[in-house]
Amino acid sequence: MKQLLMGTVALVALGVAPAAAQQPVKIGFISTFSGPTAVIGNDMRNSFEIALDHLGRKMAGKPVEVVYEDDQQKPEVGVQKSQKLIESDKVDFVVGFIWSNVLLASLKPIVDSQTFLISANAGPSQIAGEQCSPFFFSTSWQNDQTPQAMGEYMNQKGVKTAFLMGPNYAAGKDMLTGVRFTFKGQVVGEELTRWPDQLDFSTELSKVRAAKPDSVFVFYPGAAGVQFLTQYVQSGLKGQIPLYTAFTIDETTLPLQKDLALGVPGAQEWVNDLPNEANRKFVADYRAKHQKGPSFYGAQSYDAANLVNSAVVAVNGDLNKKDAVRDTMRKADYASVRGPYKYGNNHFPIQNFYLQDVVKDAGGNLALKTVTTIVKDSQDKFHDRCTMKW
Amino acid sequence: MLLFLEQCLNGLQFGLLLFLLAAGLTLVFGIMDLVNLAHGSLYMMGAYFAATFTAWTDSFVAGALLALLATLLLGMILEVVALRPLYGRDHLDHVLGTFGLILFFNELVRIVWGPAGLSLPLPTGLIYPVELLPGLFYPTYRIVIIVVALVVALFLYVLVMHTRLGMLIRAGASNREMTGALGININLLYTLVFGLGAALAGLAGLMQAPILTVQIGMGENILILAFVVIIIGGIGSIRGAFIAAVLVGLIDTVGRAFLPDLLRLVLSSRGASTVAPAMSSMMIYLLMAIVLVLRPEGLFPASGK
Repeated sequence: MKQLLMGTVALVALGVAPAAAQQPVKIGFISTFSGPTAVIGNDMRNSFEIALDHLGRKMAGKPVEVVYEDDQQKPEVGVQKSQKLIESDKVDFVVGFIWSNVLLASLKPIVDSQTFLISANAGPSQIAGEQCSPFFFSTSWQNDQTPQAMGEYMNQKGVKTAFLMGPNYAAGKDMLTGVRFTFKGQVVGEELTRWPDQLDFSTELSKVRAAKPDSVFVFYPGAAGVQFLTQYVQSGLKGQIPLYTAFTIDETTLPLQKDLALGVPGAQEWVNDLPNEANRKFVADYRAKHQKGPSFYGAQSYDAANLVNSAVVAVNGDLNKKDAVRDTMRKADYASVRGPYKYGNNHFPIQNFYLQDVVKDAGGNLALKTVTTIVKDSQDKFHDRCTMKW
Repeated sequence: MLLFLEQCLNGLQFGLLLFLLAAGLTLVFGIMDLVNLAHGSLYMMGAYFAATFTAWTDSFVAGALLALLATLLLGMILEVVALRPLYGRDHLDHVLGTFGLILFFNELVRIVWGPAGLSLPLPTGLIYPVELLPGLFYPTYRIVIIVVALVVALFLYVLVMHTRLGMLIRAGASNREMTGALGININLLYTLVFGLGAALAGLAGLMQAPILTVQIGMGENILILAFVVIIIGGIGSIRGAFIAAVLVGLIDTVGRAFLPDLLRLVLSSRGASTVAPAMSSMMIYLLMAIVLVLRPEGLFPASGK
């Protein structure tokens, strides 16, 4: 009797086994969902969800499961959540990462576990160079590229002197280095402010006023961008000294910055009005669902979902074929909302950068608009330090 | 020269804001002998109330006044409900109890207002700078902060020195048992003092809100500085809190302004930017340590002997 029972159980278990082929594709998404920068994390999550909806929530016929984790903007929390995703949830892909310092802390655990890590935002120079990994891909940019583009634009405008400001962490330093690399004028001052808790820039703005530069370049993402712009206007500098930005004005900060941001240019690899079909559909569906436009953080997350999908489809759902997954991702063979791009040897995109400006549209609402292409097919300058070749 | 003046104004503004926070804290510590870690939470509640009421009434001033009233009431209710059991107990019990209040308020804010924080925009009239001296521009709103804080300081001075309530406060700070033995309604006095402290903290929070964000835990960092200020100034002494707060504000700001340039003479630019804020923070704590060693009761102690 007992043997009969055991036999039945074994048969049933065998029968259940083929159903395991419908094992879902598990994706871990790490971003910031609390505190003032939660608005960025929510934008990324909304965009990722829209991408999955567009894919019918299946990749190569397998259902997709996403686990969202909050890094609270802290590297130590990000590492804990990454380890939870790879060890406990056993995800196939880890996507996300707004902040460069959080990404740098989580890089080693994830790539050592041979899980693919796709950064939908942060692009520290270390990962583009010596720490490049076959398991890391970026759907955004390398931190220096965007300010380098802005430096080019400042040259085109004939700016002679500049004062640089940014927060004192990995990305802030990358940004200021990036501007210095291309800007041909003279840098008359540089200030790195304490991150993330220093939100009062009065001391530094007083120094800007005293240095009398032709222009000011800043990088202050998220809430800090709102505070900086408010204080820039309050100190009276806005009318006197032109401001050039990277990652300081976007769809998440514009509702709070409002008219203060009018006429302040920024450089970016994606603007909401880029004329390709994938982008039109993404922006329209996002607007319909959330009554506001997506930001570049969201666009990069949307692309990350599609990059993962292209790889899952190519291996027909068999994610153990990691080399095949990597080869497919290297082709960047999917409809990106920024238009077609290629990957460099370090798995960072080689792409165009555009000038975005803040204008009032026909309805009197503030909107970001593409003005011109600053640079085509820009590649980051750290790819030589990466030893990967393919 | 103008730069130095401007940085001094920045330091003064920061110091005066710190004074508002420290004044309440020193009163509560001095008169009620209560270590109130939840003071930073009242600062946060003031900012959240102001953001909410300003959004409702569409007026910054109305929103600010309502928020002050709300924080005053909140303080008084808090004192009656949560803090009365703590009187007369060990300071560590106070720390434990009020730390629990910090956690409580953080979660309450998360539940009521969500995790993302709010913003408090300035009325348009205050957005642009004013020219104080030829070539010296300063943001109008920060001038407003300085003026309001000075007015409040004057009001506190008049209250403490020239009214009966103030006399009771000074008596309580000097010698609590005696004041109680003389038949003064200590309970009512404590509730009023705590409410006053809460209102001051709320004022500091709501005035700072348009410059910084309104977010969960915003009071925690500045609370530490407020404790340093009352230790330097002398516990229970508002005059001490005023002088110490302005001192701390000036050291922090002028340090942040001129130290990096000084350090750049010997360090690299990046190194100087990292070391300078750390050093100016260190100087504040160094000052506190020196005061504790040389004059432990503070620079202007309340109980004159």
